[in-house]
Amino acid sequence: MNLRDKFAGEIEDPAVAEALNNFKASVHAWSEAAYNRPRTVVNAARPGWRLATGLALGCVLAAGAAAGVVHERHQRLELARIAAIKAAAQKTAQERTAARQSVPASAPIEAAARPTPANTKANKEDSDLLATVDRDVSREVPAAMEPLAQLVEENGTN
Amino acid sequence: MAAGTAVKPITAEAAEEMAAREFASIVESHRPQIFRFLLASLQDVDLAETLTQECFLKAHRNWKHFRGDSSAMTWLMRIAINLQKDYWRNRRMQFWRHTQAHAVELDEAGEWLPNGERNAEQQMLAREQVAQVWKAVKRLSERQRTVFLLRYVEERELSEIAQATGLSEGTVKAHLSRALGRVRAELRGTL
Repeated sequence: MNLRDKFAGEIEDPAVAEALNNFKASVHAWSEAAYNRPRTVVNAARPGWRLATGLALGCVLAAGAAAGVVHERHQRLELARIAAIKAAAQKTAQERTAARQSVPASAPIEAAARPTPANTKANKEDSDLLATVDRDVSREVPAAMEPLAQLVEENGTN
Repeated sequence: MAAGTAVKPITAEAAEEMAAREFASIVESHRPQIFRFLLASLQDVDLAETLTQECFLKAHRNWKHFRGDSSAMTWLMRIAINLQKDYWRNRRMQFWRHTQAHAVELDEAGEWLPNGERNAEQQMLAREQVAQVWKAVKRLSERQRTVFLLRYVEERELSEIAQATGLSEGTVKAHLSRALGRVRAELRGTL
């Protein structure tokens, strides 16, 4: 049915009525074509390679973070051990100094200086402790530098 | 003893089945019209399909609340108009790019014409007119466009349009008059 006839009181202008008729027919045709068009299903899932790359990257990051934490912890433990050894050495030295000071002034100096079994033992402990500290604190000579180090040693002894 | 036919009580399951059948027939008969209205409003085939789907999903959820005060078509149209309103509101905020990417060009929309008994010249003239009407429709406000499309594409009565849009009949008439004025001006080339 023509829109002009249907909506007689509203549309007086025949040109407008004709245009609206064409517009209506056009929308109906477009809608019918769009409504009946074949539908395609698109797989919205992410491609597998992208997922795998993301997973691998995530693993690498996690492993890196874990390694960093372990390394940091190891460093701290090492420093704490060295500090403890140093503290122990200092304590021993202080005790020995205190022991020397507690000896009566009337005792002959030679007697104090004379190597008694106790003195010898204390001296040995001190030197062992200091050697341990030196060994722990100092860096080892890399294997690649060993021949050079030997050469230096030989030159020193000659 | 009076011989009478015993009235079988309707079980809840049977009532549900009846309602489902009724709703299925409503979907079948009204879906193309709802789709057409949304397509003309949004000029986007995918979006019109999505909103049509959503419209019937909402209708299905609320089917038991439908009391039949208006026709099913008017009730469905009201849902579709509200969905469309929500869409425009959201689009203004954040989804405007979607329409930019998917909206059909006006020329393309105007290409659709049924193959009537027209010669080439008449076809061309009709296409030109359709394009001009689209141009005017694009310039209408959301409410004017809805009223215009319901009246001149869906050929709904003023009372139905008023019910579907929640406006008074007077307001509907005013919107229609303004919309027609714009179309007229576009056709005369005075816009």
